[in-house]
Amino acid sequence: MITSEQIAAHNLTEDEYRRIEELMGREPTLVELGIFSVMWSEHCSYKSSRIHLKRLPTTGERVVVPPGENAGVVDIGDGWCAAFKIESHNHPSFIEPFQGAATGVGGILRDIFTMGARPVAAMNSLRFGSLDNAQHGRRNRSLLAGVVAGIAHYGNAFGVPTVAGEVAFDDAYALNPLVNAYALGLVRHDQIFFGKAAGIGNPVLYVGAKTGRDGIHGATMASAEFDEEALEKRPTVQVGDPFLEKLLLEACLEAMRSGAVAGIQDMGAAGLTSSSCEMAARAGTGIELDLSLVPQREDAMTAYEMMLSESQERMLIVAHRGREREVMDIFRKWELDAVVIGRVRDDQRMRVLHNNELVADIPVAALTDEAPKYDRPMKKSGESRESRESGERKENPVDSLDSPDSLDFNAALLRLVSAPNIASKEWVYRQYDHMVRTNTAVLPGADAAVIRIKETRRALALCLDGNGRYCAVNPREGARLVVAEAARNVVCVGARPLAITNCLNFASPEKPEVMWAFSEVIDGMSEACKAFDTPVISGNVSFYNETEGRGVWPTPVIGMLGLVEDVRRIVQPGFKGAGDIIALLGTTRADTSVSEYAATILGRTTGEMIKEGRVPALDLQAELAVQKACLGAAEAGLLRSAHDCSDGGMAVALSECCFSSLNRQAIGAEVELADMLSVAARLFSETPSRIIISFEEAALGQIEEIAARAGCQLTVLGHTGGDRLRISADGDEVISLPLAEIETAWRTALENRLQAEVLVAAGE
Amino acid sequence: MKFGVIVFPGSNCDHDAYHVISKHVGQPVDFIWHRDTNLSAYDAVIIPGGFSYGDYLRAGALARFSPVMASVKEFAARGGFVLGICNGFQILAEAGLLPGALIRNRDLHFICEHIHVRVENDDTPFTNELKRGTVLRIPVAHAEGNYVCDDATLAELQREERIIFRYCDETGAVTDATNPNGSRDNIAGICNRERNVLGMMPHPERACEDLLGSSDGRDIFRSLAATLAAAHV
Repeated sequence: MITSEQIAAHNLTEDEYRRIEELMGREPTLVELGIFSVMWSEHCSYKSSRIHLKRLPTTGERVVVPPGENAGVVDIGDGWCAAFKIESHNHPSFIEPFQGAATGVGGILRDIFTMGARPVAAMNSLRFGSLDNAQHGRRNRSLLAGVVAGIAHYGNAFGVPTVAGEVAFDDAYALNPLVNAYALGLVRHDQIFFGKAAGIGNPVLYVGAKTGRDGIHGATMASAEFDEEALEKRPTVQVGDPFLEKLLLEACLEAMRSGAVAGIQDMGAAGLTSSSCEMAARAGTGIELDLSLVPQREDAMTAYEMMLSESQERMLIVAHRGREREVMDIFRKWELDAVVIGRVRDDQRMRVLHNNELVADIPVAALTDEAPKYDRPMKKSGESRESRESGERKENPVDSLDSPDSLDFNAALLRLVSAPNIASKEWVYRQYDHMVRTNTAVLPGADAAVIRIKETRRALALCLDGNGRYCAVNPREGARLVVAEAARNVVCVGARPLAITNCLNFASPEKPEVMWAFSEVIDGMSEACKAFDTPVISGNVSFYNETEGRGVWPTPVIGMLGLVEDVRRIVQPGFKGAGDIIALLGTTRADTSVSEYAATILGRTTGEMIKEGRVPALDLQAELAVQKACLGAAEAGLLRSAHDCSDGGMAVALSECCFSSLNRQAIGAEVELADMLSVAARLFSETPSRIIISFEEAALGQIEEIAARAGCQLTVLGHTGGDRLRISADGDEVISLPLAEIETAWRTALENRLQAEVLVAAGE
Repeated sequence: MKFGVIVFPGSNCDHDAYHVISKHVGQPVDFIWHRDTNLSAYDAVIIPGGFSYGDYLRAGALARFSPVMASVKEFAARGGFVLGICNGFQILAEAGLLPGALIRNRDLHFICEHIHVRVENDDTPFTNELKRGTVLRIPVAHAEGNYVCDDATLAELQREERIIFRYCDETGAVTDATNPNGSRDNIAGICNRERNVLGMMPHPERACEDLLGSSDGRDIFRSLAATLAAAHV
């Protein structure tokens, strides 16, 4: 007899339970209740988000596999495809940062090689509370150190280069860090595999690590907010083994090449349960499993425990009948378990046996298609000025923040480049092997990383972008801005934007304001993705990022993929030599009210920005023109450098162009910013749709032509050279600093703040 | 002339070494599975980077017991050339083919970055196409690259000119500031007394193309190929 306590303990509502009884036509067994609870969890069912996600564009001529599989796939030419996806591991990383982050990497890598693709690049997007926060600073620093160490531990040993990402700080993430892991793999067009239990009578094989009692109810844990006892949930976090995953990768790819595999799926969240019923659902078949045959790490595991375990590094394979021996031999070579534990059936039911007893018998559709879908109540957030005025966005915002009269711009620039959101992330990416596989043509630290494809002349550009501050102030505009920045970032290295994956990090969907923001983000993202012709091919929704009643800002993170036609034409942000022309593609407006300048120099909190600020206006046509001009000049081989102008504005972007990098000494610049804006706005405004480029004098005419053809404003700002950054406005030199001073401040800021935590993290 | 790249469970720079030998050195090369024991077809074997057996116990500590390692010892004793890179160096040290040990980096972190090494001895099969004192820019990527040995071993390595690479700056100056991991005497690579076994922490296979930021590593493989070509005349 199922009690209301059991229903509540499984995070199901009374209504949901009644629906389960209806679908089953009887009371479920405890095992069945457990299966329903994970499959109907927010994490697995997307019950609050499905009706909204439908509005995203998911098709395009390059889309080979749209959302719905383990990862999306796009065509990149020459018979090659790229499979990629991003996924959150926020909840486990808060409870146990090292293993939480490590298993996040492991899970996303399995999603990629399940498709038949060999992972060739990884990225991650991380958000923490402020490192200097009086109350939580120490914890935030140790969360960052632990998460980075966990990602390094898994990715480095597995042998995938971690090539790019983002690390951002805001106190909204203090007790809700965001850890989003991304992976990309390459696969031949005709060798893509799917998670389908096809072929009645085909054997179902369990491969990889043994099943233990770890991670039981992980998916349910990730579908609820935390209270002050969050850390007691540590046993729901799994422990990752990158070595085993590496063996699993090689064995799976070898088994796929043998032709004996009909379908394959990762056992991720909700392990054996979700992998088996999702495979059956996709193929329209049924599946029967005998749990007595499952390789087990611990004694006397119950059916309930085995069906809900989230032990890592496991896969379910459906082999062609009669060829299971071939698959088992390949796994034996790699010293891994591979056991037939069931069959594909024609009855569209999931039947689970244990010790010769039928412990679960559920229609597959009840777990998948029939899972609840909610159109949750939405309420426009009342606080923000933007939301009060939405729909009447002004052409020329007048609310830029004027700087205090006494502001020393040199000091302001030094403070901005030392702000953790802007400072060099070298302390982080130096711990990641970003060169293994010898394809990384643009290293971490640029607008986007570039991975060449050895067999072709092409290369892939990839980046992750999010902006919780913009989305907090205006979720719809924020989402558009984030997509635009991601597209601009791949354009800056000379790539054409192709497609995106998204990770949607939000607080509780049961709060109408959160749901409203979610819906707004979807609409903003849809609009921008349509404009750039970059469909959404995969993604993940993470709700309930909320602790003690306090949630994260709406934080969509975009993983943009771009295609470089000729790897010899890639462009990087750094100036290349003295005497080049520095120019701006695009136009600067007064966009300082929601900016890093407002936060760092004027001390505005994000809450204050929500009340009083306005995010920059994004004109998608102007953005497209800037991107077209930059790409045209890059593909013509005319650019010596290109860099997106974003966080911290023009002064920060120019500084970054000057800094030294691999094979490049630092190079100074002398520019004049001439327009009608205040000096602070000229230096620090975060107007989107701007790219700083440099080129040889002789190329000026051609670049002017390209910009004019694209309909893009081009302004010559000055020249490269010297060992200082000098910026003047209306004839006054407002910034003049030795480059070495700016670069040292930028390069050491993060490391200096984290020094104390180094030893703690290394002890993990 | 034939190269072999040994593959342990957990090796992950095996494909990179293979790629360099076939594409940039232009020589035939095979993967050698760790259970294979017949190395008679090869003139040189590369033990690549990675995390053999997960490196959970101690880097290289389990790989030394793999069947192929007994054959590598015989192969080296017969005069075959062995190049251990990163995890390969750790395995050679664990197996006793090279002296000393590689412990956790001084700052306890994994470090991945381009560094500089100075060629200390150009009279070896691995450096004969280089000049003593040349500075090479090659990436490192390791958590356990801090070379340690006792005083007597260090004196012997110095006396016998078996320190092949030392960490330095771009001008070739060897100082503590240019030492990325705390290695004794800034040691980045050493060879055995017979000079046919070299272990190094930097990854020359990652520095064979300008596209990847450096092609300074190529001369190490070219030296080895030239040595083998001369031996075959």
